[in-house]
Formats: sequence, C-alpha cells, structure tokens
Amino acid sequence: MPDPDRPVEVEVVDRVEETPTIYTLHLRFTDPGVAASYRSRPGQFNMLYLYGVGEVPISIVSDPDFDGPVEHTIRSVGRVTRGMERLQVGDRLGLRGPYGRGWPLEDAEDRDVVIVTGGLGCAPVVSMIRYVLQRRERFGRLTILQGVKHTDDLIWRRQYESWQRLPNTQVLLAADVGGPNWPYSVGKVTVLFDRAGIDPERSIVMLCGPEIMMKASIERLLALNVPAESLWLSIERNMQCGVGHCGHCQVGPYFVCQDGPVFHYPALRSWLGVTGF
Amino acid sequence: MQSMALFLPRPSLDALIQALRACGYERVLGAVARDGAITLQALGSASDLPVGVRDRQEPGHYRLERGEGERCFAWANGPQALKPLTFAPRETLWRCERDAEGRLVFQDAGERSVPTAVIGVRACDLAALKIQERHFLKAPYPDPRYADRRESLFLVAVHCSHPASTCFCASTGDGPRAESGFDLALSELDDGFVVTAGTERGAAVVERLELDRASPEQKAEADAEIDAAAQRQVRALPSRNLREGLYARLEHPHWDQVGRRCLSCGNCTAVCPTCFCHAEQDEPVLDGSHTDHLRQWDSCFTAVHSYMGHFLVREETRLRYRQWLTHKLASWHDQYGRSGCVGCGRCIAWCPVGIDITAEVAALLEPADA
Repeated sequence: MPDPDRPVEVEVVDRVEETPTIYTLHLRFTDPGVAASYRSRPGQFNMLYLYGVGEVPISIVSDPDFDGPVEHTIRSVGRVTRGMERLQVGDRLGLRGPYGRGWPLEDAEDRDVVIVTGGLGCAPVVSMIRYVLQRRERFGRLTILQGVKHTDDLIWRRQYESWQRLPNTQVLLAADVGGPNWPYSVGKVTVLFDRAGIDPERSIVMLCGPEIMMKASIERLLALNVPAESLWLSIERNMQCGVGHCGHCQVGPYFVCQDGPVFHYPALRSWLGVTGF
Repeated sequence: MQSMALFLPRPSLDALIQALRACGYERVLGAVARDGAITLQALGSASDLPVGVRDRQEPGHYRLERGEGERCFAWANGPQALKPLTFAPRETLWRCERDAEGRLVFQDAGERSVPTAVIGVRACDLAALKIQERHFLKAPYPDPRYADRRESLFLVAVHCSHPASTCFCASTGDGPRAESGFDLALSELDDGFVVTAGTERGAAVVERLELDRASPEQKAEADAEIDAAAQRQVRALPSRNLREGLYARLEHPHWDQVGRRCLSCGNCTAVCPTCFCHAEQDEPVLDGSHTDHLRQWDSCFTAVHSYMGHFLVREETRLRYRQWLTHKLASWHDQYGRSGCVGCGRCIAWCPVGIDITAEVAALLEPADA
C-alpha cells in the first residue's frame, strides 16, 4: 500500500520576489520518474514541506501541460511559509500532491469565463487565467474582476496590465482605498459587476478570495441572473494531511482537501458564510 | 460466518489465552482494573481480568466497585476503546534525513505492528472500529499504518450484559450484542462462556480448545442477559439519523447554553472511539541531521484546530461543541453513510462537567421557543 503521507524531494530552481511578503518558488522533482508521472489541474494544491518545520497546503500556479518546474506563489503568514521565504535556488523541500478538485475545465470550454478574486494575488485563479490564455480558442470572453484593500496589495500589476491588452479579455480592478497612482475603480469588487457586462447565459464564474467577498459577489451575480449552477469557488481551511484523514479542513459534510478546494456553489451554498464552519 | 455455539468452562479461560498465543498473537490484551478504571493491558493469565469488579458511571462520574461472584466482564466500557490500537495516539509517519549538501531523503518510519489479540471487546467498539476503517482506509488514500495494525488484530468480543447508566448503544443499533466484526464472541455466564466464532481464524483458535457444544439452556440464558442489557439502558438518542433535525437547528439558542457549560477540554474527543482528528508536526533532532514527522490525536475543541493564519474558524466554545456534535450525528451521514456515534456513552461519563450528548440532542430538538 503506497504511503500517502510521505513527501518526495524537490529542488528550488528559481525564486521570484513578488512583494516583500509574497514569493514564487519554481520546484523541480529530483527523481525524474516522479517528474514524468506528475500531473495536476488548475485549482489543485500540493503539500509543501520545509525540513524540520512542517507542511503547508499551497496551490499550484504552473500550467498542467508544462513539463518544467511546478510553481507555487506563497504568502508569508505562518511558521512554515515564513521559513520558506528564506529559501534560495538549490535548496531542497518536500512535496506531496497534487490534491483536491480543481476548476471545472471541461464545463468552462466554449463559455465566457469570469474570474472574481479578492485579496492578494489569489493564486488558485491565476492558474486558471493562465490556462485559458494558453488555450484561448477553447474559451469565450475572459473577464477578470479583482478587488484589493489597498492599491499596494495588487501584485502582478504588470501582468494584469498585459492581460488587459489581450483581445476578448477584460480586466477590471477595484481598491477599497484609492490613491494617486490608481487609475481603476474604488470600492469593493462588487462595484465592478455592473461594468463587466456579464452574459448570464454564456458565463461560468470562478471565485476565490475572502468568503465574505465571495458571498457578496455571488449575491450580485445571482441578481444579474447568472444561474447558481454556473458559479464555482475555491475556499481555504486548515489542512494538515491533504488526503482526507486529519479532519481539520471540514466544512459541514465536506473535507475541503478532497471535496474541494474548488466547490460547485450549489453544493456549498448552505455552508458558505455560516460562522463556525 | 457464525459458527455453532460452544461452551468454555470458566477455568478454561487460560487455555483460550494460551491458544491465542499459540496461534501467533504475541500480545494478548484484556480488561484490567488499573488506576481506578477498566483499561486494556497485556494479560499474563485470566487471573489478571477484573474478577468481581463492577462500575458505576454517571455524567461526569466513573467509579469501580467491588461486586459479587466470579464474573470478570460484568462492567461497561472504561475510557479506552480499541482506537489507540489501530489509530495510534502519537506515531512517527516518516523520517527525513538531510545530508551536508542539504539533500533530503524521506524514509518510512519503520514502525510495524505486533500481532495482537484483545479479549473483552464490546459491540459498540466493534461498530466504532468499522467506522474508523471507513475513514482511514477509504480510497484513494488508504493509510497503510492503520491497515497494518487493523490486520494484526484478533478480536474476542464479549456481549455486554452490564451496561452503565451512560450507555445508549441499543438506540444507535450498535449493541449490546456483538453482531459482526469479531473473530470470537463470548457470552459470560456464572460458570463459563458461550463461544461463537465469527471468522475462520476464530474457529481455528477454538478448535484447539476441544470444547463441547453449549446447551440450549446456556444459549437461552446468554441471549436473555443480552436482551435484558438492552432493556436496562436508560439513555437513548431519538433516532439513528438526526441529520436533517440538526442541520435545521444550526442557530438554535441551545448551542449557547451548552457552550457556556463546556470547558472545551477535549476529553470527549479523546475517549470517543470514532473521533479521528489528528495534528501533524515535525520533531527535528538537535544536531539537524534528521527529523521525525509525527501525527498525534487532535481535538476539534482546541483553538488551533481551525487556525487559519489570520483567524480561527471556531473561536467560541459553542461553535466547537456544535462542530463536534453536528459532525458526529449529522455530517457523518454524508461522509460515511451512518452516524458517527455508537452509543458507548464515554463522552458523558468522562466529561468533567457531565455534558450529556443525549440530553443536549433532546434540548436541541425542542422547538426554539419552548
């Protein structure tokens, strides 16, 4: 019986500083056999292990069909991620995965893809955005609605600006607090919906960010006649095993590590925003 | 399989222990009265069993008492279930070695189970074992450590004839008769035991004992004792499936009420035979050459259980109690097709403030304005 708890070794082959507290690690499997058999989907995550410290679930941002290193964008928030911040090229980590359900790629084909995110970067949807852009002909219009608290919180600003210039792609940004260098909207992400021109029939919506933001966004989308069945969201919980055993990530009947982190909104509707779940 | 009923005279109980050893079970565990409780310990001989010991259990109360007669299984479960034997309270999952160049090698921790026989397993704990098997052995990531330890267990059930006031297995459908999941099942009578085998390997063990068939009278007496044990239970859950009722009452004011009494100590989850939550942590050696990655039992009553870096999902005790109860009795149905409660009553007896799951459920199912 294979051991689902034991990581394999990976090597840091590149490290990109996104902001003072956000960094991207490019990881290469040191065992070529593992590298050859590794397959992931946008929205899935790996358990990354820092020697002597512990493991954390981190979403995968690299393209599933890209044979190169696996990329992870990490924000320093806890013991493990703050330790990983100091890693350099050549350093070794442990990795297990990929785990969980990713975004509904097949359902999204030939439809308008609307991405709604809040907070810092939101790696789980970046993988989806990249996936669509790499396979542009398979999808309809791509709309990215991003809300941040402060204008400084927008990482990948140049990337957003380059996405904005692509055909059939719309990027709308909002910050709670504007500023002199902020040419975009001011307010919550929900202020962007009226301008987005979402076609409720053709669209599939993927949300990621604080649950209160996703709940408010979903209310707006439903009011715009987007069917509940067209809404998908990625959520986060404490995860220690990634394989449905440790019990920490439960939300109502679900194990987020196995049944999520991407959920179909109708399945999660009665639990979303209920304090304590 | 369910074999014909045989009779094991009381003096032959030692022969059963020896037969188990002869069949390769290096470790034979049984009920031993120790530290004021019925606990599972290695048995030297049948004389280690708690002869004449009775128990008294109430909400927040557990005491052993001296009783009459020769019986050694005339008690309801103590705090310890089978759980520690299959789901280790603390174990090393793997070891990571780091060389001078910083390369990491992940190795199996090398922990292997010992073939173990357990004498005196109750129906509720057999039911709990089946529930934990569904959790730890479910596809696509069955836990090899759990599988190894489960495989090494030989289970001798003893049908329960002395339920405590805290027991309610009859209402959950998990006892007091052990219906399946055992290798051998015993019914204790004054002068011996009615024995049935539940598996081929169970039958192989009793074959060594060359026992006579149990008489119809002995079988009738054994059945009557089990039936009486079911009748004597004073606590009950109102239904085997409380999913809808509890999901509809997530905002019931009673959660506040019980949350004020609950100490959030985690005793209930520690004694619960089905609770499976565990935490993982690293334990590096001081010279930095290697580190052990451990898992140990955790509880949804701790603050860190729902820690999210920037907030706790369940800051308040009432939310932790609601998580525990609704998981056990409601969402467990979604996850594993049945309730996560087997009616063993341990959480009632071992709660320091005597919170009674059956009473809390009854209060929750009352209309909110009653």
